[in-house]
Amino acid sequence: MTAPTPSQTVGPFYGYALPFPGGGDVAPAGHPDTITVHGYVYDGAGQPIPDSLLEFWQAGPDGSTAGAPGSLRRDPVTGAVLGRNGVDFTGFGRVPTDADGHYALRTLPPGTPGYLSVCVFARGLLHHLFTRIYLPESAEDQLLASLEPRRRATLIARPERDRVYRFDIRVQGGPEEETVFLDFG
Amino acid sequence: MTTSIERVSAAPLGQADIDREMAELRRTADAAGNGAPAPLHPSRDYPPYRSSVLRHPKQPLVVVRDPEAVELTGPVFGVTDVTDLDSDLTRQHVGEPLGERITVTGRVLDRQGRPVRGQLVEIWQANASGRYAHQRDQHPAPLDPNFTGVGRCLTDDEGRYHFTTIKPGPYPWRNHLNAWRPAHIHFSLFGTAFTQRLVTQMYFPGDPLFSFDPIYQSITDERARERLIATYDHDQSSPEWSLGYRWDIVLDGPAATWIEEGRS
Repeated sequence: MTAPTPSQTVGPFYGYALPFPGGGDVAPAGHPDTITVHGYVYDGAGQPIPDSLLEFWQAGPDGSTAGAPGSLRRDPVTGAVLGRNGVDFTGFGRVPTDADGHYALRTLPPGTPGYLSVCVFARGLLHHLFTRIYLPESAEDQLLASLEPRRRATLIARPERDRVYRFDIRVQGGPEEETVFLDFG
Repeated sequence: MTTSIERVSAAPLGQADIDREMAELRRTADAAGNGAPAPLHPSRDYPPYRSSVLRHPKQPLVVVRDPEAVELTGPVFGVTDVTDLDSDLTRQHVGEPLGERITVTGRVLDRQGRPVRGQLVEIWQANASGRYAHQRDQHPAPLDPNFTGVGRCLTDDEGRYHFTTIKPGPYPWRNHLNAWRPAHIHFSLFGTAFTQRLVTQMYFPGDPLFSFDPIYQSITDERARERLIATYDHDQSSPEWSLGYRWDIVLDGPAATWIEEGRS
């Protein structure tokens, strides 16, 4: 097998390159099943990380992982971002944390498998990290079953109110704080 | 009264301090290596890069070998996601940017050497003076009104990408006193599986700053580091117009042994 190209940090200056308008609006506009998942990203001192970038990938409500193009749809006349077409479910979201380390994603609940895959980038992080967000309604699978309860809890979103969930990511901490990160080998 | 010890600890770290730390970590890696395969990626815990100290996990990562994992699929992109001008960073404004015009091209492959087709490649970079068009870049070098430094394209059927841009300048940062980044272009890449996701930096051959830079040196294996350096390719240079660089990218991914199980 060919050796892979090594990772390097995303650095502090990706802000005008990677985020795009509507990056967190994965659910087609006005879809009645839309849920909001939001939270903070924290460092090992418990401080919010204002310059991290989160990417989300998930199955559609029908369980399909085919996805669809058009997450970053552009106007061929002006080059400006048009955003998603409001119809297709692309399954892909990209959200930078804001100045207080907060992110919000509006999406449709995934079918089976019932989790959102998350890829975390940040200044200071030399190689991205993968984690998963499980909604409490579908928090049952092979991975969760393999974790001890205090670690498992870091992967399950907490219902805040109707259709709104809270999920914080702690990049560093003790076993009860640090989010479980995944190695796909 | 400040004691001499406090004064010493309050002194800003210099390049010599960082050099010592980097040399020590290289020695440790070499000793640990001794027959074992060298690490292919930087360690997330690399103290000479100060921002990594509080931003790396301390708990072991949890190994996932599930052939049904959603991460073995990934986002798709298409012709609506890019425009033709997106791959030419010298034509995004009314005037031409200052600097050395270059082209950067290469192929995106998986670890089996297969081309990654129709996937999104995104780049961003500083201008010729080493300044990013970003409010938080306080380096007192001039902004270029004709250069934003952002590009994207889709790979073709052979996995090839192509950008026209200007050569970015090196720039100072505040990791330690007199810290300078070697000139680089940031790259973001997608494969067919989300697990193949890669964000990295491409460097230019012969940069005198390589040995001083803790981000580049965070890859402790020399051969792995060199995979981030583009090759100057005279055949890619265009007479009276631009200099050509070539850089192939290999996306890491789940070991073939367990991913293939899911396909049978």
